[in-house]
Amino acid sequence: MSDNVDPMNSPGPMEGLPKPVTAMPTLAKIDAGRHGGKPGAALEKIRSSYPGSSRIPDEVFRWIIVLSAVSVFVIVLLVVWELVDKSRLTLHQFGIHFFYGRDWDPNNDSFGAMPFIYGTLVSSFLALVLAVPLSIGVAVYITEMCPQRLRGIISFLVELLAAIPSVIYGLWGIFVLAPLLRDYVEPFLAKTLGWTGLFTGPMYGLGMLAAGIILAIMIVPVIASITREVMSAVPQNQREAVLALGATRWEMIRMGVLRNARIGIVGGVILGLGRALGETMAVTMLIGNRPEVAKSLFAPGYTMASVIANEFTEATGDLYLSALVEIGLALFIVTLIVNALARLLVWSITGGVARPSA
Amino acid sequence: MRWRACWCGVSPAELRGQVPNSVPASTSQEVSLWRRLTDWGATGFAILAAILVLVPLLAIFAYLVIKGVGSVNWAFLTQTPKPPGETGGGMANGIVGTGLILAVGSVIGIPLGIGSGIYLAEYGRNRFGDVIRFTADVLNGVPSIVIGITVYSLIVIRQKHFSAFSGGVALGIMMIPTVARATEEMLLMVPNVIREAAYGLGIPKWRTTLSITLRTASAGVITGCMLAFARVAGETAPLLFTAFGNQFWNLKLNQPTAALSLQVYTYAISPYDDWHKQAWAGSLILILLIVGAVAAVRITTSRGMMKGS
Repeated sequence: MSDNVDPMNSPGPMEGLPKPVTAMPTLAKIDAGRHGGKPGAALEKIRSSYPGSSRIPDEVFRWIIVLSAVSVFVIVLLVVWELVDKSRLTLHQFGIHFFYGRDWDPNNDSFGAMPFIYGTLVSSFLALVLAVPLSIGVAVYITEMCPQRLRGIISFLVELLAAIPSVIYGLWGIFVLAPLLRDYVEPFLAKTLGWTGLFTGPMYGLGMLAAGIILAIMIVPVIASITREVMSAVPQNQREAVLALGATRWEMIRMGVLRNARIGIVGGVILGLGRALGETMAVTMLIGNRPEVAKSLFAPGYTMASVIANEFTEATGDLYLSALVEIGLALFIVTLIVNALARLLVWSITGGVARPSA
Repeated sequence: MRWRACWCGVSPAELRGQVPNSVPASTSQEVSLWRRLTDWGATGFAILAAILVLVPLLAIFAYLVIKGVGSVNWAFLTQTPKPPGETGGGMANGIVGTGLILAVGSVIGIPLGIGSGIYLAEYGRNRFGDVIRFTADVLNGVPSIVIGITVYSLIVIRQKHFSAFSGGVALGIMMIPTVARATEEMLLMVPNVIREAAYGLGIPKWRTTLSITLRTASAGVITGCMLAFARVAGETAPLLFTAFGNQFWNLKLNQPTAALSLQVYTYAISPYDDWHKQAWAGSLILILLIVGAVAAVRITTSRGMMKGS
């Protein structure tokens, strides 16, 4: 909720409120109000139902509300339970070996999740490398540099980036980004940075690099909005103090703003990481879906989320299905840890105000 | 000690290292070349970052409009898909299916979300409330594909077939945390004086909460619901093994159902040119649905759409 809609100032929703009582209603007024006058009618209601009968609807309401709150808890428990229950087979059969086994061969009942874990980590890390400087740059531009008139428009547009469904990113990635990478970016990278070993091999367009770039675009709004919020939580006189000491604008931003906001920014980055780890559709469409551990970023890979998306409905045999669910369980645990960490950091700065935009 | 008490984290020594010793007399002429260059560099980088972030956004929208508009026609909006390889046909069943799944999702997600939000704001200022708050955040962070697996094992396996209902449940679950946190935030913004005024009039708590507190916060709560709606409207991953997709019309809740996002996915990775075109058209319709919902809410509930926050 980045838009601070103040419900108190908008005239609409207030209309239904009873008028504040300015003076204590006298008995006469209560009696006069029995035929429709609002305060009197309300008091009359209490009087007539005095021996506690009005507590029943209150209790019923309380129980409904508590039940709906408990439902959140129950849903999370069900998620954990189903994941553990349905992956019991592979948990028993492979144990910890499941996570570093490199061989994924459903036909021979051989399941090792290493290629997927590798693909998830590398694509998310690549996304962070690309997205972090960009997001901080955008946030700095929006909060500290940009003309007042552009501020709202640009932050709205960046938030809009978060509203685009992942499948549309995937579609755009397949037909626009991947050809662009294949024909221009990858040959260039191979020529200039090929010696690092990260940019070698055949160029398909689709692959780890494409997945990393699309993920970066998708997590920029997450990181940028948190960064923006923690930066605006830095008191204004902090900036003025640094400026008064003769600092340039960048020195002011670096020393007065970024340094104070750094823990919150790290929290935002980790939140972005959480989003990147669990992202499914766009990555599935772009990463090439080959369970390999390759050093080159041009090579196709596979992520934990995409293997579930691609193979879950086709999984024949209990062991195969169980292996996929166990990957889901691992994904759940990792995102749980990452998100908890991020929230702790963001809360420690803003006191619970900042939250990722939906 | 005085300096240490200041929480800014910039010690005077550090400042002295960065700022020339002629601090009081420093004017813009005296700022060293290096400092001016880094200032320009940083400004340039921030502007470049803003441009680099906006380029993909504009590119995506441009492609959606250019490629999508050409492919949206009457047949696309009214017909069901043709068999693979044949041209023509449309996504009418997907549009209807998305509506069906979203309706089920909203029916589940919005009441539970608002209920949890009311609990958090009005009753949950205690340890149990903190647990629920944390759980809602956990649920918010669960990857959508994992929700898909869960609903598959909970409903699809028991029913023994894919269904629109299970897809709706998956989306509904994903809406709950967003709606809950938005409701909580908005209810907390309602001043306590208003609640007290209501209690003072003898209005019971349930009535106060529903017709006074919630109603005062309704603009914000509706925004939260629409944001949750927009967020799940384009979801594909949780529908893969719940709603599953369907080539034909289906209006039954217990049958597999097509959805726009699923169809865009299937068509995008297919080898047929005509299907690619339809994928763009489907995406355009999907984004119009989402942006339309968000914009409608922004316009009706907020006066400050372009003001930022």
